[in-house]
Amino acid sequence: MREKVPEVFIFISAPVVVLVFLVILGYIFANGARVISLEFLLSTPRMAGMEGGIFPMIVGSVYVVAVCMVFAVPLGIGAAIYLAEYAPENAITDTIRFFVDCLAGIPSIVIGLFGLTFLVHFLNLGYSILAAGIALAFMILPWTVRVSEEAIKAVPRSYREASLALGATKWTTVHKVVLKSAMPGIITGVLLGLGRAIGETAVLLLTLGSAASAFIPTSPFDSAGTLPVFLYVLATQGNTANAYARACGTALVLLAIFLVVNILAIYVRNKHMKYEGW
Amino acid sequence: MKTGDKIETRDLNVHYGSFHAIKSVSLKIPENKVTALIGPSGCGKTTFLRCINRMIELTDNARVSGEVLLDGMNVYDKDVDVIALRRRIGMVFQQPNPFPMSIYENIAYGPKIHGVRDKNNLDVIVRESLERAALWDEVKGKLHENALRLSGGQQQRLCIARALAVEPEVILFDEPCASLDPISTAKIEALIRELSRDYTIVIVTHNMHQAARISDYTAFFMLGELIECGSTPQIFEKPKDKRTEAYITGRFG
Ligand SMILES: Nc1ncnc2c1ncn2[C@@H]1O[C@H](COP(=O)(O)OP(=O)(O)OP(=O)(O)O)[C@@H](O)[C@H]1O
Ligand SMILES: [Mg+2]
Repeated sequence: MREKVPEVFIFISAPVVVLVFLVILGYIFANGARVISLEFLLSTPRMAGMEGGIFPMIVGSVYVVAVCMVFAVPLGIGAAIYLAEYAPENAITDTIRFFVDCLAGIPSIVIGLFGLTFLVHFLNLGYSILAAGIALAFMILPWTVRVSEEAIKAVPRSYREASLALGATKWTTVHKVVLKSAMPGIITGVLLGLGRAIGETAVLLLTLGSAASAFIPTSPFDSAGTLPVFLYVLATQGNTANAYARACGTALVLLAIFLVVNILAIYVRNKHMKYEGW
Repeated sequence: MKTGDKIETRDLNVHYGSFHAIKSVSLKIPENKVTALIGPSGCGKTTFLRCINRMIELTDNARVSGEVLLDGMNVYDKDVDVIALRRRIGMVFQQPNPFPMSIYENIAYGPKIHGVRDKNNLDVIVRESLERAALWDEVKGKLHENALRLSGGQQQRLCIARALAVEPEVILFDEPCASLDPISTAKIEALIRELSRDYTIVIVTHNMHQAARISDYTAFFMLGELIECGSTPQIFEKPKDKRTEAYITGRFG
């Protein structure tokens, strides 16, 4: 009898979690769906975002995340290869891993502050896509590193032995066999990092400014509006039913992008499993 | 025709940390013959085999002393290029381990890393290697399919073909049939017999019958020591050492 209460609680927890997700999604959808139109998606905002569309923000978000990936992916994969293949198993390596994990735990607003003081002002990059992209890269770097490292470590030892026994060097083995086998896992990790980057707001507020931009950015030194920041501005400054609806519409677009990226990540992973014959 | 010894170990010792796994083993392995290494589990057969192509160096805590001569050259000499060495001494493992790539890419991998770029050249190498490994007829229509879709026995022959593609002189087999069914095993055994005309072969096996069927020479190991070696008929019919006799008649191991 005593066991019944915790058991009941456990059995309803999972449905509650699903319900929370559906409530959020349903609420955003119910409030935001009516503002979604081709015009909303493809035109520039007017009247401080109260009219027109969010096209510059879509471009801005994609641009910033792309710059972020340019920094995070090579650096992350490079560090992962080092940790998984070359680093000796000793205290120094463990310390590096510890720092990588700590970096993952730094609140994004702190990374944003670093971006503002160091990248925007000290390096004089200004409120720019470049500064925001680099700051975002710092934020998702630990994820890219650890997921890639796990993917590399999961490559069976027998592949490495087969390659080395054929007379391959370590580096040839790493990039022709190990990386090739780990690539689906690495891509999944990168896509999950990308999903996190696309919704990040605090970092962008401090490195890209908060303009509801009607301007479509081209240079990496341009400032730009992004979806999450635009949403934030609408939600905090609009204070009208129309502003909330438009914020919800923006959120829907953001969620849609996020969903596409995650589905892509799952697709790559599943395809890989089939390929490996698991 | 008298053939010489392709490989000779002199006073070979291996330690794993403080554990003495190979104890002063001196063994001659004749050229273009099949030499079988037999002995109870854990006696050091794999360790011995991996000393020959220096794969043992991938094991962090392993320490090797003594000499392994390949055509009279000590493979542990400072100036020996381990890449060139492993090219001359191929290896086939207990579990088939094709790369997760196409059949073609698996075979072409070795020649490519050793500098063969020409597509026609690679095509020829792939075909010849698969033919020599008696796999060509089964896979010629699906060279660009993933190698992991092949059966276990086919995968193992693919691994043999992959080893052949870099034109080794010696091939080391570590229980190559351990995970295979009887029909696949028979195919691999016939293949090894066939290959011994052109290659020096060293094969570790747990299967006494297999050793008797396919090898010319047999070496019996126990607890890291080489107990006895000689021609296979001699070892199986008139073993000199009591322990050898006990092992091959199945009284222990
Ligand atoms: N990395 C290692 N560290 C410590 N001891 C090891 C290591 N590798 C092997 N050994 C030990 O060395 C001995 C010889 O191992 P080896 O794998 O060469 O035996 P084997 O004759 O191939 O056995 P099997 O027939 O089971 O494959 C065993 O006692 C084993 O436990
Ligand atoms: Mg073994």
